[in-house]
Amino acid sequence: MATRTRVWIYAGVRRIRYRSFGQHSGRGVGCRRNSRLVPAGPARRIARIGTRLSPVARERKQGYESWISLGSVDQFPPGQTRLASYRNPVANASDGETADIPCWVRNVDGNRFQVFAINCAHLGCPVRWFPQSRLFMCPCHGGVYYEDGARASGPPERGLFEYSFKVLDGNLQIQAGEMPTPGLSAANKTLIQIERRPPCA
Amino acid sequence: MRLIRAVGNWLDQRLQLGAPIAETMQHPIPRETASWFYVFGSAAMTALAIQLVTGILLALIYVPSAGEAWNSLQVLNHQVTLGWFIRALHGWGSNFMVAIVLIHMVQVFLFGAYKFPRELTWILGIFLLLMTLGMAFTGQVLRFDQDAYWGLGIGASICSRVPLVGPALVKLMLGGPIIAGATLSRFFAFHVFVIPGLLSGFVGLHLLLVLKLGINEWPMPGRLVRRSDYMEKYRELTHTEGVPFVPYGIWKDAIFSGVILLAIAACALYFGPFGPSGQPDPRIIQTVPRLDFFFLWLYALLSLLPPAMETPVLIIGPVIALVGLLALPFFSGEGEKSWRRRPIAVLTILLSAVTLGACRR
Repeated sequence: MATRTRVWIYAGVRRIRYRSFGQHSGRGVGCRRNSRLVPAGPARRIARIGTRLSPVARERKQGYESWISLGSVDQFPPGQTRLASYRNPVANASDGETADIPCWVRNVDGNRFQVFAINCAHLGCPVRWFPQSRLFMCPCHGGVYYEDGARASGPPERGLFEYSFKVLDGNLQIQAGEMPTPGLSAANKTLIQIERRPPCA
Repeated sequence: MRLIRAVGNWLDQRLQLGAPIAETMQHPIPRETASWFYVFGSAAMTALAIQLVTGILLALIYVPSAGEAWNSLQVLNHQVTLGWFIRALHGWGSNFMVAIVLIHMVQVFLFGAYKFPRELTWILGIFLLLMTLGMAFTGQVLRFDQDAYWGLGIGASICSRVPLVGPALVKLMLGGPIIAGATLSRFFAFHVFVIPGLLSGFVGLHLLLVLKLGINEWPMPGRLVRRSDYMEKYRELTHTEGVPFVPYGIWKDAIFSGVILLAIAACALYFGPFGPSGQPDPRIIQTVPRLDFFFLWLYALLSLLPPAMETPVLIIGPVIALVGLLALPFFSGEGEKSWRRRPIAVLTILLSAVTLGACRR
């Protein structure tokens, strides 16, 4: 019995290591292919207990994300970065304005888009876009990101969180539904991990 | 008068509480302990009592719904008679309570009161400190404004960094995928039912231990604590040259509690209630989120640490601090009590105070 338990624990420890899965295939124009991080083994089991305890999560076992429209692509002129917002797909009537989630939409060249979460990758504060310097900056601890979302300086350990997107019938759609957090999190599974840039010469 | 006495006698014949209450009031304390340094525990309880009363009054009006909470605070501030004052008392009461609990802890530490046989009293006190801070954070969330909204985001981001269970912790904290109605309901339940219930129970136990083991004697340099003979010596100290708690000890407690009460009321009158700041609408991003003052040091620390150090410090730091505090009476349960002969204890306090003070800027 003791040996079996030990073997199980050992197997558990081995499986705790985060496994890398291939990202969903590119949907729409300019979607990135990338790897995502999903906790395996006991971590996922614990995460599942958490999900069971959550009143909202119980209703949606398939995950929180779904495709949401941000409106016509015409609102986002090429070469510009603009604030957009959407009603979170998982929301109750009593949520009020808290379910209206903002995000930054960057139209790279008319065909390619980038949609960033509002939350700083450091502690989740709302980052602001400064067109003059072409930088995103965070008011809390001075995290700075380049216009493509890559980390520029400050305390964040990574770039901005980025949503997958597609253009359907002239509408910009993103896959969203969950607040991104910086931990190695199953929550970020549909979010694209932005590579770290080498520091400027 | 005769009627009151008759009713009192009738009740006491059944409850039989008169004798134990009189005995508790008359319990002997060391003569030097009837001191102005020993008033912070009772002051913390006074602050708790103010929080309970004002909290109940606020709960009569407050609506714990993400869509309505902010509006109900506006009603309290502007429409309900003296609603602003009750909010101000509750807000300032919480600041005073955190401060008094910390001062109480520093006093107990410097006077060696955590040593044998009062280890458990200290451990219960650590939990009381944690609950007080828990009340402060959950209370800040109930003031459901921009700071509360983004403060929750900061809390979730910190939780998510815990290895393995991070994502589960975030869901447990938020009650769903985003900061919304379920989050506020959750924090309301904790702030109003769970933590106050535990807090009351722990305060009762803490107080019971103080009565059972006796209040700490005034530390004298050179008078060492030894497990073998401490109880006997303390008994001697209280029974030969001790004084009854009522009236020798209690009048200082009463006066200091009164001063605290007046100070809270004065701050509430002069400075008014805290917020609420802007509406909790995440689309309003022209905001500079700021935590309440007792969490600002953590906030400052997070901007000063190098990125790679953050997660280890955030996750491991509090665990080490907590284990250190809980273990303190076990590795220093005997020996010198006086701060005059404990330079490391004094330096620890000074270093902590300077660090926390510097991180507040």
